[in-house]
Amino acid sequence: MLLNIKNLHVSIQGKEIIKGLNLSVNKGEIHAIMGPNGTGKSTLAAAITGREGYEITKGEIIYKGQVINDWSPEKRANEGVFMSFQYPIEIPGVSMTNFMRTALNAQREYKKLPPISAGEFLKKMESKKKLVEIHSKLTNRSVNEGFSGGEKKKNEIFQMAMLEPELAILDETDSGLDIDALKVVAKGVNQLKSKENAFIVITHYQRLLDYIVPDFVHVMYNGKIVKSGGKGLALELESQGYEWIKEQFDD
Amino acid sequence: MADEKKEKEMLEDVTSGEYKYGFVTDIETDQAPKGLSEDIIRLISHKKNEPEWLLEFRLKAYRHWLTMEEPNWALLHHPPINYQDIIYYSAPKKKKELNSLDEVDPELLDTFNKLGISLEEQKHLAGVAVDAVVDSVSVKTTFKDTLAKHDIIFCSFSEAVRDYPDLVKKYFATVVPYTDNYFAALNAAVFTDGSFCYIPKGVRCPIELSTYFRINAANTGQFERTLLVADEGSYVSYLEGCTAPQRDENQLHAAVVELIAMKDAEIKYSTVQNWYPGDKNGKGGIYNFVTKRGICKGDRAKISWTQVETGSAITWKYPSCILKGDYSVGEFYSVAVTNNYQQADTGTKMIHLGKNTKSTIISKGISAGKSNNSYRGLVRVSKKADNARNFSQCDSLLLGDKCGAHTFPYIKTANPNAIVEHEATTSKISEDQLFYCQQRGIDMEKAIGLIVNGYAKQVLKKLPMEFAVEAQKLLAITLEGSVG
Amino acid sequence: MNKIKKTRFPLEEIMLKHIAQNDKKWSEEDLPEMNVLRKQATEYLLEKGFPNTKMEKWRSTDMQPVYEEPLTIYDEAIPYTKKVNEIFQCDVHGFNTKVISLLNGTYYSKENEKLTVSKEGVIIGSLAYAKKEYPAFFKQYYGKIAGEPSDGLKAANTALARDGAFVFIPDNVEVKDALQLIKIMNQPNLAVNIRNLIILGKNAKLTFLHCDDSINHHAGFINTINEVFVGENSSFELYKLQNLNDETALLNQTYIHQERNSNVKAMVISLNGGLIRNEISNDLKGQGAFSNINGLYLMDNQQHIDNQIYVKHSVPDCESNQLFKGVLDQESKAVFNGYIWVAPDAQKTNAFQRNNNILLSDNAFVETQPQLEIYADDVKCSHGATVGQLDDEALFYMRQRGISFSDARMLLMYAFADEVISQISMEGLRLNIEDMVKRRLRGELSICDRCVLHCSNPEQPVIFDIDMSKI
Repeated sequence: MLLNIKNLHVSIQGKEIIKGLNLSVNKGEIHAIMGPNGTGKSTLAAAITGREGYEITKGEIIYKGQVINDWSPEKRANEGVFMSFQYPIEIPGVSMTNFMRTALNAQREYKKLPPISAGEFLKKMESKKKLVEIHSKLTNRSVNEGFSGGEKKKNEIFQMAMLEPELAILDETDSGLDIDALKVVAKGVNQLKSKENAFIVITHYQRLLDYIVPDFVHVMYNGKIVKSGGKGLALELESQGYEWIKEQFDD
Repeated sequence: MADEKKEKEMLEDVTSGEYKYGFVTDIETDQAPKGLSEDIIRLISHKKNEPEWLLEFRLKAYRHWLTMEEPNWALLHHPPINYQDIIYYSAPKKKKELNSLDEVDPELLDTFNKLGISLEEQKHLAGVAVDAVVDSVSVKTTFKDTLAKHDIIFCSFSEAVRDYPDLVKKYFATVVPYTDNYFAALNAAVFTDGSFCYIPKGVRCPIELSTYFRINAANTGQFERTLLVADEGSYVSYLEGCTAPQRDENQLHAAVVELIAMKDAEIKYSTVQNWYPGDKNGKGGIYNFVTKRGICKGDRAKISWTQVETGSAITWKYPSCILKGDYSVGEFYSVAVTNNYQQADTGTKMIHLGKNTKSTIISKGISAGKSNNSYRGLVRVSKKADNARNFSQCDSLLLGDKCGAHTFPYIKTANPNAIVEHEATTSKISEDQLFYCQQRGIDMEKAIGLIVNGYAKQVLKKLPMEFAVEAQKLLAITLEGSVG
Repeated sequence: MNKIKKTRFPLEEIMLKHIAQNDKKWSEEDLPEMNVLRKQATEYLLEKGFPNTKMEKWRSTDMQPVYEEPLTIYDEAIPYTKKVNEIFQCDVHGFNTKVISLLNGTYYSKENEKLTVSKEGVIIGSLAYAKKEYPAFFKQYYGKIAGEPSDGLKAANTALARDGAFVFIPDNVEVKDALQLIKIMNQPNLAVNIRNLIILGKNAKLTFLHCDDSINHHAGFINTINEVFVGENSSFELYKLQNLNDETALLNQTYIHQERNSNVKAMVISLNGGLIRNEISNDLKGQGAFSNINGLYLMDNQQHIDNQIYVKHSVPDCESNQLFKGVLDQESKAVFNGYIWVAPDAQKTNAFQRNNNILLSDNAFVETQPQLEIYADDVKCSHGATVGQLDDEALFYMRQRGISFSDARMLLMYAFADEVISQISMEGLRLNIEDMVKRRLRGELSICDRCVLHCSNPEQPVIFDIDMSKI
């Protein structure tokens, strides 16, 4: 099992957001997590990636057999956890190239590999850029600075391709994307998908799931997974909305 | 170009809006002789039947004042003030106890009517309780009954000293001690009256409280003292408005306002100031040296200052917030308009002491004529004020090429988790905007009024409704010229 | 005069004594005009004494510890030794510089090279010699650009400075290689007053590197006044690099006068120093003048940096920009005071100013005061100041990509500093400074590191000399 989350409770500033969540993900699987706004989907992603301020008050996140609750974000990343951010931040003054090379070499150092040569790195950049259809020059641009909404999301997928994670979490990657950009993103994901990795796709709409077909669909509500099923569940949610979930699970 | 010429004329006209409220109300006054001494202070105290402790306080303040020097750091120029040439006490002679508006001096009512702020109208239409102050003594307070129902105390300072001595003693001069500055010391020594307000725990004051100040008798310094206490979880919105009759001699005004907001309390303090600014040649006008400060004593307390400053020859005023309680909030919204030879040096101080405290400063300075308009502010974040936030935006607009607009922010930060941001811009009124308005058939004068009002909108909209209208009127009057 | 100050600081005493002892000798050496200035400055110093924190401009920088330090004024120049040496060499990769140096305040070179004149007429050399050889320049410029004493330390400089660098670039001459001035102190507990005079004619061009470095851990006080005249259509670039030990106090006052259509770019990079105060006073006197004044300061320990920038728009149609950025760690303190003054009728002025600070520690302190004083209406002026910290969101983003916390922090700090560094137009210099800043941020740069200005090891005996091939 790649990821096993047991009875997870997460609080932000003393307020409990995730209230006893269980989830297991195996290699080669794609899991979709859906649900209305404010139910803790993004909090879950933050907890898995180790964001500060998201306090695990109870439960365990087990990744590749180890409890990672106390791991630093970079250790998790170097162990193969990647998140495509819902709102990728702009980092003025840090060039995309420098950033990516630093990240790649950090991973290589972690794996006790020698740093990548400049030539190799550039070659890798070019091939991965093609994959996600980034045509612009990244070399002279700062991380996400001046990128359009679509470009930012493509850039996330590009970074995913560069870092080759084992567990990729796509947090609302479809938000703010037009259909063409959405297709590009989905195509990237599908090409990267293998037997050796797994994806957690967090989304509000089923639209993205037309292109990234999940093996499992989970519905999150009020800090818990309240319903799980196959890809049919997503269609059901699409046609019926979330109201019935709310009615069924509101106390 | 004709347009350019017209614009120039226009800008000149903008500066020449005559003071509309310049008239003298003829009320018999009871005056002390000119000058300042311990005897005068004793006389003031005696006239007001004050308790011993207050007289002692006044004398201490006076003795301290004697050791101080008038501050000179502001960008203000004026002839030296002769403190011995000022009358420190004058009160309208009381004819009899007043029970209703009908008994108020008809001349006084007439004055208010000319100002367009008649008590009658206020009372009936706006639902505003008015504690009208004419030459230092409260004359009339309305809506007492409504307030009494909520146990809200709103009265003149003298009454408060008489009726609520414990409350006054507990809070008086705790936010602005007499040692604070030269003018605060002077005020503490000679203040004649003012307002006192206490909102009990958990009470949301149902009406806007308001005081109108007027300076009336010639050669009378005005030394008001306001003390406003909002106890835990209470809310109050307080309005202060000032208009003064035209005078040839400069008049000194050194008021002190103290605000205290306890845990979860909120105070909104709004001012429209339109004292006589002096004539076109810079003769006359009020010297306004005011110390206004509030303290957010408890957690989540909030103090919001809003001011529209259009009058006075000299304005020296820095309404400030001490953010002591954690999560407390301080706000300062200001529009200051100067023209002719007016000088304004105004701004705020935000002192962040508590954790997660937040302050916002929005200042809009508009200079015309030969005036000078300065923003001066301090944002200080102490070592313990973790996660303190401040945002300041100070913009200056210049109308005409003989005026000055200046910005002097001081930022001191000793906490690595604090974020302090200051932005300021200075520009002249946009020709593109003017032309756009003109092209749509709006004349230059109206266009300028429109643009300036738009420019100040961010602040004006913070004023309570009744005041916003008056403030807009005042801006319009200031910008009114003889074109068309 | 009953106004004369009664109690004096040791340093005041020493300075006044030194003036009294040498007055006669100096009066014979100097031009009458300079004697007048010295007399005026001496009187000012006698009457007002050194500046203190009660003065608005000195409110946040307390020099009193320096005044009370047992400092001496060095009377005699160290004789020139011919030992060309490994310890002190200057090779900034990627571009050539011509190096001149001041040792303990005295121009240091062979006797016959105290003043050099190139075939284009460029004069470079010792101020003490130049005032004898070229009195006309001194009559016209000396003390005129800096103006009258406005505080005791400025007065002290005028009263006491005997030497410094003199540079004259004639009309229509563009100097290709940058000129590098190195100020070295190798004697303990020294107070020096240095005066530099730089004159650019019309259509001239000069790049000037002004380096203040320590080569040992001695305490000292350097009081420098630079007067710069930039003629019509000329271009002047000034880079100040400050890498001093924690015991040294440096006061650097730079007065720049700009004529019509002239272009000035000044940058102050302060990497280390116990107490540094940079005053730059830039007077835009001719229409179409442009000035760009930037600074970067990276402070830690109990270091204190104070940047005071005054830009005067005296005439219409000028533009000025200021960008100062700083990172403060440990118990360091930064003061920034930026002043833009726009004269009545200086229409079409564009003036911008920004100061950004990052506080890294609980005990670091920033005081920033960006000021605008504007008396003309058709202007575009703005200023901004921020005090904050590294962006948590950005830090997390980077860590999510596997970059360690310390590396992510470094990258962000470097990105912060880069906005200033990227404005260095000479690539060779920029790369060198980039490298220094990176190492400074990593805590690897010591004052005795090899850098743009190369320093000796503190343990090694200090033998000062210059790479002769560069002179």
